Amino acid sequence: MRVELRDIRKYFGDVRANDGISLTFEPGRIYGLLGENGAGKSTLMKILSGYQAPTSGTILLDGQPVVFSSPSDALHCGIGMLYQDPLDFPPMQVIENHLLAHDDRLVLDRGGGSRELEQYASGFGFELDPRVYVDTMTLGERQQMELLRLLALGANVLILDEPTTGISAEQKEMLFNTIRRLAHEEQKTIIFVSHKLEEVQELCDEVAVLRHGKLVGTQSIPCPTSTLVRMMFGEELPRSTHKLHAAAPTVLTVENVTIRTYRLTVEGINLELHEGEALGLAGLEGSGQRLLLQACAGLQPIHSGRILLCGEPLIGKRSPLFWTPWLAWAFLAIRTIWLIVRLLNGQIGGLQMAGGMAWALLIAGAIWLVSTVLIAWTSQSAYHVFRQRGGAYVPAGRLEEGLIADLSLTEHMALVSPESSFVINWQRARDEISRRIQRYNVVGRAETKAAELSGGNQQRAMLALLPPSLRLLLLEHPTRGLDVTSTNHIWELFEERLQQGTAIMFISADLDELLERSDRIAVFSGGRLLRILNAAETSVEELGHLIGGQQL
Amino acid sequence: MKDNLLHNLWRVVPVLMAVGVTTALLIVVGASPGVTYSALWQGSFGDYDRTFSTLAFWVPLLLCAVGLLVTFTTGLWNIGVEGQMIMGAIGASAVALEVAAAYPDIPGWVIVPLEIVVAMIAGTMWAALAAILKTRGGVHEIFGGVALNNLAIIATNYLISGPWQPPEGGSFRGTVPFPRHALLPLLGNTRFSPLSLVLALIALLLVVLALRGTSWGLKLKALGKNMRSAFLLGVSSERGAITAMMLCGALAGLAGAVRVLSWFDSLRQSISGGIGFLAILIVLLAGMRPLGVLVISLIFSGLLTGGAVVQLRTQLHSAISGIIQGTLVLFVLLFGDPHRVFRRPQPTVEAEAET
Repeated sequence: MRVELRDIRKYFGDVRANDGISLTFEPGRIYGLLGENGAGKSTLMKILSGYQAPTSGTILLDGQPVVFSSPSDALHCGIGMLYQDPLDFPPMQVIENHLLAHDDRLVLDRGGGSRELEQYASGFGFELDPRVYVDTMTLGERQQMELLRLLALGANVLILDEPTTGISAEQKEMLFNTIRRLAHEEQKTIIFVSHKLEEVQELCDEVAVLRHGKLVGTQSIPCPTSTLVRMMFGEELPRSTHKLHAAAPTVLTVENVTIRTYRLTVEGINLELHEGEALGLAGLEGSGQRLLLQACAGLQPIHSGRILLCGEPLIGKRSPLFWTPWLAWAFLAIRTIWLIVRLLNGQIGGLQMAGGMAWALLIAGAIWLVSTVLIAWTSQSAYHVFRQRGGAYVPAGRLEEGLIADLSLTEHMALVSPESSFVINWQRARDEISRRIQRYNVVGRAETKAAELSGGNQQRAMLALLPPSLRLLLLEHPTRGLDVTSTNHIWELFEERLQQGTAIMFISADLDELLERSDRIAVFSGGRLLRILNAAETSVEELGHLIGGQQL
Repeated sequence: MKDNLLHNLWRVVPVLMAVGVTTALLIVVGASPGVTYSALWQGSFGDYDRTFSTLAFWVPLLLCAVGLLVTFTTGLWNIGVEGQMIMGAIGASAVALEVAAAYPDIPGWVIVPLEIVVAMIAGTMWAALAAILKTRGGVHEIFGGVALNNLAIIATNYLISGPWQPPEGGSFRGTVPFPRHALLPLLGNTRFSPLSLVLALIALLLVVLALRGTSWGLKLKALGKNMRSAFLLGVSSERGAITAMMLCGALAGLAGAVRVLSWFDSLRQSISGGIGFLAILIVLLAGMRPLGVLVISLIFSGLLTGGAVVQLRTQLHSAISGIIQGTLVLFVLLFGDPHRVFRRPQPTVEAEAET
């Protein structure tokens, strides 16, 4: 099936996720869709798969314009999307997953379906047992199941969104062979979304590259890697030089830290961050840099190793009353022994013994409850310890994590003011936030609710709420969605903080920003810290190669 | 501005709809709507006795609703308010039966405050248990609350049929009446205690002020609107959840004390009368607006106390007030939000910026 996208635009407020993209996908070919995070790949594919409607633009299938109202609508037209996180039902069996949305009769034909599925699977060399429960399967097997389901539902166009993340090398090989067969023998149209250059070069016939929501161009494969890198990341820009701060005192020490999550293991990270230093964390999304940043804020538990903030380990504050629940146990034990002794001596009967035990349990329970409440009251999470010691963390999700949509900026200010008394001084909070609104160029007033601000102004508001003096500032994509002028302004304010001795560690997907603003850049790939580069001596191309997982 | 006026006027519409449906229903079953409604009015606010009876029912309802304002602001579903009220009733009864009856010399102005304090502590502890189960044990407050409600009912039944069983036997379904001086000071021969109403109104005022003007209230509001953001802005979610639940428990405990010390004069099996659950409904209907809570809870109290007279005057079952209540809830939920009624339907697919 021939897929044609004509002038697809998708705007989120003033963010242009897709800005006039026109592309054609011919049957029997494998297309790569390349671009760094935020380039607009996912948005474009969500539009093509019916998950989102475009702001404007047309989709043509074999020359016929179509409008999708839902993903199942798109699937009816033959467009199937394999999501990065499989959209299956883990507590159900493979066959149940397969028959869902496939067999809508009242009584399911499980036997027939199973035979069909097994036959179908073996045709591709997949080994799928229809009776196995999905939650016991690997990600790769679930992907195979999902792929078969899409094909069985008649998908002619297959969109694969980062399909190689989290699957084994064998499964990847099998997947690639399947994709080749589907394209070249069965004349399916394949769109392979990735930011891994190697894979795209290995698999695809042609590549389309997106940057900042626009189509940079298409390129037939094979071609030199450097061509693709330049298309993805743009031309080199002149950049300012920073001095190195190795002599300054250390603010943050990361020693041999391992972080384990179900998706990714980040292993053996060693880092040091000095006063007045800006360290950029580079890498494709999901390479481990965000986990490390959150661990440094005390938000992500670490499996081993340690993180020191100003020489002291960053851990939650244990309550000084941690021992009090033992009082309940001690009371219970002493009371029980006392009752048993009295029972044995014949001073009380069995009934009184039972009554006495009931009372003892009740009192012990009350002691336990009170002590647990007191412990909850007096302990502190690692993140709040981090904040108390002069750390700050600015998350990427503005209304999800950073601001509270329904609260005004004044209310935010009152919330974060450390000196706030029990009764809020609204006038003072209003004055303070008004000053900061001006300083940070936020377009909005003190009474404006966070949700009413535009994306860029939400970003500035988050930064405006930071305490004036900080030791360590952790940032996730600090200038995403901002124009050049605002970006420069924000970095001027950061520069002031650096001068005051604040250490900054930030994640960015923008290579120019990384090179221009950091002193050093730590490059992550697949959960490992590949290398720490001196920003002044690195080119965009080098950094692009490293991020793409290619060693120089 | 015009929009605002329209929206404010709109609030009456669901009420009119509910009255309309109920009237139609009355006509269908062959009853006279006029007689029924006048009986309902007579039964709730018709004379002094009826009015005080309604007020006596209203006070504990209002107290629970005020407590729930705090927990709902924090984003917690304190279903356990019912159990917290029962525990308050048990606490007050314990003082009345074990202290006041045993030492008749202790004057009422010592006994009554003691009963109230013990009731509030009992309610607070019961709520703290639900909160700790949530924050430390990962038990959602709804499940914890339901379990603790049942435990509280079981405890009542045990006490009534066990240690506090009246000497004449167990058929009475309640304890012996408390001594007169252990009850709240009542108005004349009614079951209404003006003191309890004053306490409830003070509670409402304090809660409103605390939620509007204190950093504690602001933190609860932040937690309720977005727990993750509030945490990252430095608010301790655990502390917020525990204090909100405990305050609600204290007020529910007070409500329980009012139930046993004025509405009844002893601990009964049906001590809660479903007031806790009704309060949840009221707070949701009022959209968490304090004034709305005040008005709606009074209306509901009137409906419930008026139902009995309807049964007496007409041949209708007293469930008629339940029907009005039910249709009212239904219509408010369906059409109560003018923003939702007047806005064009939005596309359902969530538009989220690519991250």
